[in-house]
Amino acid sequence: MEQKRKERLDRGIKVRSDTIYALMSVKEIAYLVLPRLVLICGLLIAPLVMPSMYWQRVISIVCIYCLLAISFDFLAHFVGLVSLGGAFFIGVGSYLAAILNTYWGLSPVLTIPLATIFGALICTILLLPCLPLRGVYFAIVTLMYPLALARIIEALDIFGGTDGIMGVTSFPGRWVELYFMVGMVLIFLFGMRRLVNEDIGLVFRAVKDNDQAVRASGMNVTFFKAIGVCIASAMGCLGGACLVHIYMWAGISQFALDFSILPIAATVIGGAGTLVGPVIGCIILVPISELLRTFGTLRIVFYSLILVGFIVFRSEGLMVYGQRKYHQFERWVRV
Amino acid sequence: MSGEPILDVREVTKAFGGILALNRVSLKVFPGEILGVIGPNGSGKTTLVNCITGFIRMTSGKVLFKGKDISRKPAHKIADLGLTRTFQIMRPYYSLPAYKNLVIPLFSPRARRTGGWRGGGKLGDRDTVGIDILEEIGFERDSFVPYKLASSLPTGYLKRLELARCLALKPQMIICDEVFSGLSMSEIASMVPIIERLRMDGITLLMIEHRLRELFRVANRVIVLNFGEKIMEGTPEQVMNDEKVKEAYFGSEEVEEVMKHA
Repeated sequence: MEQKRKERLDRGIKVRSDTIYALMSVKEIAYLVLPRLVLICGLLIAPLVMPSMYWQRVISIVCIYCLLAISFDFLAHFVGLVSLGGAFFIGVGSYLAAILNTYWGLSPVLTIPLATIFGALICTILLLPCLPLRGVYFAIVTLMYPLALARIIEALDIFGGTDGIMGVTSFPGRWVELYFMVGMVLIFLFGMRRLVNEDIGLVFRAVKDNDQAVRASGMNVTFFKAIGVCIASAMGCLGGACLVHIYMWAGISQFALDFSILPIAATVIGGAGTLVGPVIGCIILVPISELLRTFGTLRIVFYSLILVGFIVFRSEGLMVYGQRKYHQFERWVRV
Repeated sequence: MSGEPILDVREVTKAFGGILALNRVSLKVFPGEILGVIGPNGSGKTTLVNCITGFIRMTSGKVLFKGKDISRKPAHKIADLGLTRTFQIMRPYYSLPAYKNLVIPLFSPRARRTGGWRGGGKLGDRDTVGIDILEEIGFERDSFVPYKLASSLPTGYLKRLELARCLALKPQMIICDEVFSGLSMSEIASMVPIIERLRMDGITLLMIEHRLRELFRVANRVIVLNFGEKIMEGTPEQVMNDEKVKEAYFGSEEVEEVMKHA
């Protein structure tokens, strides 16, 4: 019997545009620039074409999930720490921003950067004890913190207790809010892509590949893991701080596990280890979850079905699949 | 041997539960020499390396490196002092190209401090230094081998990559854990000159080996371990002719073969 197998070859334009020859012609430049331009322009135009204020608000929420998903992808696939701590980062960031805003009366211009920096430091310090360990411990501890913090706030009745902190200042306007969020996603997306290819990014990837060899190279593995966690939690806390100013309220629902789970689902369907993939995953998943609200309680069922569909039919992730189609052509060859 | 030893291992003991993997092992390594450590399987050679370099805690004993007590120091601090090691089971960064593997040690505090490499600053500098080191250790610069992913390199190159990772730290001493094992005769033949050149560059070497013939060619002194105890120490000739060593290796064809050739 004649057997055939699929052969994949890099397109000529892909090979040419890997090197300095990329600058040879408009076609090659376009080959490199277009996909990025589509994403950037798409994100910038999206707020303008949304039919209602409700859908504009959805874009802000998408952006917050995007930040979380980039942070998850970075930690899991470039530092080697599987984090379930999206809710932890969001919660810490949002409570910090709300406290700074209502107790000290700082404006969002100050609360957002302060909550980002100090939130990242607080998260890193709290997670420090489990960083020297390998394995599942980091995931468990990041899952435990948001649950514990929510119960502590509830039990001790601090920071407004179950009512939360009300009366937080909102963004100066909805366009400021939208374009600030979109801008942050783009900055962090391209910034992180750059970072993982810098020398320090290579050290992060080395920690993931082989931490013993990094120790043998005279470097403190725990220290580099801590820096990685700090960068990732900064993104999460930024998202939390923005969320507080969007909703004008901070409460224990910001420790909800949605913030931990959805970014992971987005990473899975978008393509793990690509950084862009998780963003695309969020752009797909969050609006779907909004659309499904019409189904009431059946929402979760449909949501799960869509997720399972993605996992069964495109388990590699949309971005990995798309990149392959873009860079390579396939043909059947006789074995 | 005279002068101060660069590495002084004093009565190191390591117990895994009730099993004594190392029982009061002492040895001294002097600057500029190559000390071989041999022994049958399970005699505690790799455990000794792990204890010295801080990858496992010793139960009792003391290790002095350049007169400094390093027996309780973590692994990265010991590497930072200039005592580096290779791994018997190679540990490259599989997802990175070979030359990018060296960016990691070149990024370490020691490499930046000693500064002999153009380590700091401009983007891409560490890449070129990495390729320089790889060429020194036997990667062909003009071929595509240094640019291949570490996961696609054959064993011979991975062993070299292990050594290259140590060299990037500008070490004073390297502990080689079986650099010859798993290599073909021709690969070993090209490895021996590299080892000899390291010694000429003033790097002290402690070599754990199974390939006795190649080790005896390069080593100044040899220590024999058996069941976690040091049973013999001397020049390669003395070790080869010792009765206790023959007994420990009884049945091992390799020793008999080496004896025949000696």
